[in-house]
Amino acid sequence: MSDPKPKVAFYWCSSCGGCEESIVDLGEDILKVVAAVDIVYWPVALDFKKKDLEAMPDGSIAVAFINGSIRMSEQEEMAHLLRRKSQLVVAHGACAHLGGVPGLANFWNKETIFRTVYHTTVSTANPGGAEPQPETVLDGKTLTLPEFWDTVCPLNAVIEVDYYLPGCAPHRDLIMSAVTAILEGKLPPKGSVLAPNTSCCDECSRNKTKPEKLVIKEIKRPYEVIFDPEKCFLAQGLICMGPATRGGCGERCIEGNMPCRGCMGPTDQVHDQGAKFLSALASILEANDEKEIDRIVGSIDDPAGTFYRFSLPSSLLRRKKMEAVR
Amino acid sequence: MNQESFEPRLVGFLCNWCSYTGADLAGTARMTYAPNVRIIRVMCTGRVDPQFVLKAFREGADGVLISGCHPGDCHYQEGNYKALRRHRLLTRLLEQFGIEKERFRLEWVSASEGAKFQQVCNELTERIRKLGPLNFGGNGGGRHV
Repeated sequence: MSDPKPKVAFYWCSSCGGCEESIVDLGEDILKVVAAVDIVYWPVALDFKKKDLEAMPDGSIAVAFINGSIRMSEQEEMAHLLRRKSQLVVAHGACAHLGGVPGLANFWNKETIFRTVYHTTVSTANPGGAEPQPETVLDGKTLTLPEFWDTVCPLNAVIEVDYYLPGCAPHRDLIMSAVTAILEGKLPPKGSVLAPNTSCCDECSRNKTKPEKLVIKEIKRPYEVIFDPEKCFLAQGLICMGPATRGGCGERCIEGNMPCRGCMGPTDQVHDQGAKFLSALASILEANDEKEIDRIVGSIDDPAGTFYRFSLPSSLLRRKKMEAVR
Repeated sequence: MNQESFEPRLVGFLCNWCSYTGADLAGTARMTYAPNVRIIRVMCTGRVDPQFVLKAFREGADGVLISGCHPGDCHYQEGNYKALRRHRLLTRLLEQFGIEKERFRLEWVSASEGAKFQQVCNELTERIRKLGPLNFGGNGGGRHV
């Protein structure tokens, strides 16, 4: 007899494990989830194998939560397998949603990453110059490894994604309301990001301290100043991605006296979070003289890495031009 | 495509009040100039969202021109200063993506400077003809195993 409880799967691709942690962080609420659903696949916590998943009928899993970006062939294969077995797929966390921090590797490619990791770092001892190969023949047997790609992709570049749970990692309230909505069948239109469609500034407790005309004369880096615990970060000259970032994150960084880094991604109206933040930041710099503008702009360290910290693979340009990678 | 037959595809965002009128003047005065710039009229250079520039490069532009009123002459007081600041920051960002700074140009062309518009179009076209095609469109969508 079939189990009446809906089946749920969790999977990780290229990620840090923080999204798995976000499930455990539900605390006592996880007991409600476990009571309501049947977890049939969760490699990080439960001992199911790929063959167990393959044996399940197509479409038999109610929802698969997949976190992590797609960096290797194995991850694409697992994403396709889970898509086939599941009625709904939720991209869980910033990496699956936008590409995330691993997506910053798109400023390099396979060759340069392998060169650094397997040859040039001081701590590497690799006298034979070995690099991982997709196939190695040893004693007449062929051993295989997943292929490593030049470009990191968000989950929706390889499979159809039904919903997105944003954040690094998603806030527990967002996860609980997503799970509740799925169980009750009260879901928004397909393709929605399951979080408010307003900016981080909109809910920021420091918004009221923002001066009427916000201007920046000097850009400061976090290590250079002691932060005022109540004042708008931009008004302090610190880069805060709040204006170009979706809210609903619980303002955990702000509460911890750190500026927003942009993990929730852009709101629905925006295609490219980095470009939109660049636009906002440039317009509040207080300089009209070319030399002064160049000086302030020059003081911003790594603009692309800062503005696209979580969203490079889903941005308009997606990666550095291949021919320009050295 | 070989270098000789390469015709640069350029996108130009021109403000309604100065540069678009300047380009119009170049036309009515029957000045001849490189036809490579596809002009998009915007009300002000301050309206040029950096997303427009990135999208142009992604969709196959070899170069992007933003042209507006001279500093101090903006119809909306300071839109061109905003464009200037965005241009400088966006140029740095584009370089991190491997897009050379010569491909993204900001110019001030007033309504009476038809000849300057002619010169800007000719110079930009020649500079980018020398740089060659950008070919960003085929970049990064695939996985480049």
